[in-house]
Amino acid sequence: MIEFLTDPWQLPFMQRAFAVAAVIGLVCGVIGVYVVLRGMAFIGDAVAHSAFPGVALAYAFEGNLLLGGAAAGITTAVLIAFVSQNRRLKEDTVIGVFFAFAFGLGIVLVSTRDSWTTDLSSFLFGQVLAVSAADVWTVAAIGAVLVLMVLAIGKELVAVSLDRETARAAGLPVFRLDLALYVVVTTTIVMSLEAVGNILVLALLITPAATARMLTERLWAMTLLASLIGCTGSVAGLYVSYAYDLAAGGSVVVVLTGLFVLTWCLAPRHGLLAKLLQRPDPSALASAGR
Amino acid sequence: MADSADPLLRVTGATVVLGGRTALEKADLSVDAGELVGLIGPNGAGKTTLLRAVLGLVPLAAGAVTVEGGTGRRAGRLIGYVPQRHEFAWDFPIDIAGAVLTGRTRQMGWLRRPGAADREAVQQALELTGLTDLRRRPIGELSGGQRQRVLVARALAAGPRILLLDEPFTGVDVPTQELLNELFGRLAAEGRALLMTTHDLAAAARTCHRVALINRTVVAEGGPDLLADSDQMLRAFGLDRAIGAVA
Repeated sequence: MIEFLTDPWQLPFMQRAFAVAAVIGLVCGVIGVYVVLRGMAFIGDAVAHSAFPGVALAYAFEGNLLLGGAAAGITTAVLIAFVSQNRRLKEDTVIGVFFAFAFGLGIVLVSTRDSWTTDLSSFLFGQVLAVSAADVWTVAAIGAVLVLMVLAIGKELVAVSLDRETARAAGLPVFRLDLALYVVVTTTIVMSLEAVGNILVLALLITPAATARMLTERLWAMTLLASLIGCTGSVAGLYVSYAYDLAAGGSVVVVLTGLFVLTWCLAPRHGLLAKLLQRPDPSALASAGR
Repeated sequence: MADSADPLLRVTGATVVLGGRTALEKADLSVDAGELVGLIGPNGAGKTTLLRAVLGLVPLAAGAVTVEGGTGRRAGRLIGYVPQRHEFAWDFPIDIAGAVLTGRTRQMGWLRRPGAADREAVQQALELTGLTDLRRRPIGELSGGQRQRVLVARALAAGPRILLLDEPFTGVDVPTQELLNELFGRLAAEGRALLMTTHDLAAAARTCHRVALINRTVVAEGGPDLLADSDQMLRAFGLDRAIGAVA
């Protein structure tokens, strides 16, 4: 058992993988709280996918993948924020069209290279075992800035999340706050791409926060729990992947989802089991109807 | 109205065009300190649009809104808004005291944590709305009447002189109606100006000092007995034309 825990740490590439997974899990947990509470899951998906052509373009021209992805992702996020200010347009339709296009464009761009099938799979599923020491530090530094940013504008984000119109009437810059949140979410996604890939990053963003939501009615507790779940889930996923020689990114997502399902069934107040055991009372019905 | 000084809130010739449709046309209305005015009219008559115009959430195509004779940002700070209950994210993980505190976000300023003045204001707002004992309850677990009180408390926490209330009586139980009735009366008596929209004619007749009938513009205004004037009511609800068409 001890060997199971210490063994992977003998390997430098596993040390780096653990470090980067822990940081990404933690940061995604914190940022994911707002993604979940604002119902931005689909937007996050769109941004993750639209970062892809940027990464592909940077790859085709041998530029910085992180910067390419960030540029494409943030452009999309700003466009979505702008389009969604107009209440008459169905936001999800626009996003649906846009991210499918971005994804297709990315594949076309990658396919201009000879070795494209292997490269494609590393973009889509990440290469957590191949991160460098510099990558670990970059992710840690960016992650710290993102978490600080969200904490700094936390009270304004809460006011806008609760009630946009009243926040706007009170004079809060609602559009700029939306924009800031979109840019933070996009940067979080792009910085996580290298480790977990385009498709799996969404699970890191949403699953820990969704799990935490089942467990608490306090925002600070939800934030703390989400970062804890994201961090330990990612590390645990890497152990599973190492022990059974499975794909790293996929293992992380499977472990996180396992925690979510477990919580969904067993959460003390809002879990399936708790609901079955307690007689329905009005307050439980009110919260179930949300 | 008869006062020689500026009324606390005055709307003159307010015209609002939404998506090419004139939602409000040359509406005139004023509310004095100490007054509770009911805004009565059918669905789509522009009740909420008038409130939103006062708040600056929709642009005026013509006309003006003045608060204590002034306009602009300073005027906006004197106004508190109590939206309809469905405008609020009741599934957010926050308790009553936290939700009420968000009413002071602007007063606190960027990067600041709540200070003594903020906590004091929240406590007073909770007391006024009878929510002190429930302050730690998550907002997801409240009844309709309690939710309405949370929205009123949040508006009060900012210390407004004018309170705009959108359908505060819709879907709340009788004890809450009585509590709100009594609260609105007290807030007016303390020198605030209250303007509320409502469908509920009986509640308006009981509560309001004055009513304004609105149907794209202010059709008539006067004491609550106006609600018993069938000609004026028919006009406000657009039934005079319907009756004329039949005849």
